[in-house]
Amino acid sequence: MGVVKTQFAFEALKSIFKKPSTEEYPHKRREPPKDFRGRPVWLIEKCVGCGLCARVCPVKAIKIIGRGKEVNVTYLLDRCIFCAQCAESCNIRAIAIVGEFEFAGYDKSKMSYIYDKKQLVEKEAEIAR
Amino acid sequence: MGMGLMSGSMIKVVIGPQHPALKEPERFIIEVEGEQVVQVTPRIGYVHRGIEKAMENRTYIQNLYLAERICGICSHAHTTCYVQAVEDLLSVEAPPRAKYIRTVIAELERIHSHLLWLGILAHEVGFDTFFMYVWRDREVIMDLLEEISGNRVNYAMNTIGGVRRDLDQEKISKILKGLEVIEEKAKKYIQMIQKEPTILKRTVGVGYLSSIDAVRYNAVGPLARASGVKRDVRKDDPYIAYDDISFNIVTRDEGDCFSRMMIRAEEILESINIVREALSKLPVGDISVKTRLVIPPSETVSRVEAPRGELIHYARSNGTDKPERYKIRAPTLANLKALCKMLTGIYLADVPVILAGIDPCFSCMDRMQIIDCEKKEKQSWTLDDLRRYAREWYQKH
Ligand code: SF4
Ligand code: SF4
Repeated sequence: MGVVKTQFAFEALKSIFKKPSTEEYPHKRREPPKDFRGRPVWLIEKCVGCGLCARVCPVKAIKIIGRGKEVNVTYLLDRCIFCAQCAESCNIRAIAIVGEFEFAGYDKSKMSYIYDKKQLVEKEAEIAR
Repeated sequence: MGMGLMSGSMIKVVIGPQHPALKEPERFIIEVEGEQVVQVTPRIGYVHRGIEKAMENRTYIQNLYLAERICGICSHAHTTCYVQAVEDLLSVEAPPRAKYIRTVIAELERIHSHLLWLGILAHEVGFDTFFMYVWRDREVIMDLLEEISGNRVNYAMNTIGGVRRDLDQEKISKILKGLEVIEEKAKKYIQMIQKEPTILKRTVGVGYLSSIDAVRYNAVGPLARASGVKRDVRKDDPYIAYDDISFNIVTRDEGDCFSRMMIRAEEILESINIVREALSKLPVGDISVKTRLVIPPSETVSRVEAPRGELIHYARSNGTDKPERYKIRAPTLANLKALCKMLTGIYLADVPVILAGIDPCFSCMDRMQIIDCEKKEKQSWTLDDLRRYAREWYQKH
């Protein structure tokens, strides 16, 4: 019993001088690890609109309209479970996973991301002009 | 002794069903005479989420992530069981490297699950300091899992035909370093559990289950092993890489809450050795094989040893890309009968410890009602009330 008491006292004393074990979030942000599964981002210039990502997504968070140069991807953040299956299934690697994790919000309508190839092409053409 | 308050009347104590923070709510109607429990009736099904039906409406790939979400703590056990079943239907086998990686994750999961449970039991007996220390140290494993798989829970490591991520040298050395920390701590915990009077007083001899009863009521996992029954799917029906790895099944003979605590602490050490051995033997090669998405008609049963005991999945395919029938038997259901047996004849004050003693899922009993049969009175108790009652009772006796 004595051993245990000393061990506990020792552990408790050590804890007094240590900084708190809990993370000081949100004052200090921890960097997510290198391979963190965060939000998927479409590299729309690569996407061909095959629709595979939308088919494998377990929660129907992806909607694809059009094909080829006309493709329009709608990604619903409020449905996504961050499984990264879409990125894995895309044969062209048109989906990248970024290490973001702070998505809380009050407005669901702000949680959809739209990627449109046509607009992108138009924008690029404008810049070129 | 202690019978004065309610003597003479049979009282029904209703525990459960809902607790928003923990999964698997259960309701128990506990009939007490004085302070002694006479009969226990479980009522399950409060968190029926329709997962089996939902699985029939999703493709095999989508079901991976649904299977993962059956349980938050042993998510890898569920996906392993799922992919095993699907691979069996497809008659494909995962490459050896994938099997070893699955083993590593499975054992890391067991370590963090057992640590979590040790903390919960310490909390139930009113020893919150121990709870804090254990949960602090558990973070080491959670961080490792995040590092390897990209997420602290729901690791999504399994896929049909292998695993999704590889282990590189950097990750392996991080795992080994983390295991050293946990090994040292686990040894310290074992010493503490054996000598700390707070724990001993609340757990020794509490919730006794004889080995005969453990077999009769089909107890599984650490609950059976704590009653001296050598029952472990990892040895009885080796899956993934367990037949290549040497390890012991830890058993104890006491059959009480204390031995359940010791079993878990000792299994942590055993798991650490399994991870080390698996990492040292890690074969080179691919981590997954390509598989078809449409599965010919067939049926199969797959089982794994989840941290809480034997987990069974049954799958039937019908030639489409969706299963025709899927059935899951989680270890807690198997342990329910044994739990009712253990609860009969004990003091009401021991109920939280015994409930927590089989599985953390059962600490979900946040709200309880006391119905006095004779007076037709109803009283509502929360889990905190029950805990407080238990602590005060133990101070008096
Ligand atoms: S799978 Fe890839 S190429 Fe096909 S629609 Fe999705 S992002 Fe585009
Ligand atoms: S990460 Fe998973 S849930 Fe999110 S969009 Fe991709 S497939 Fe769907």
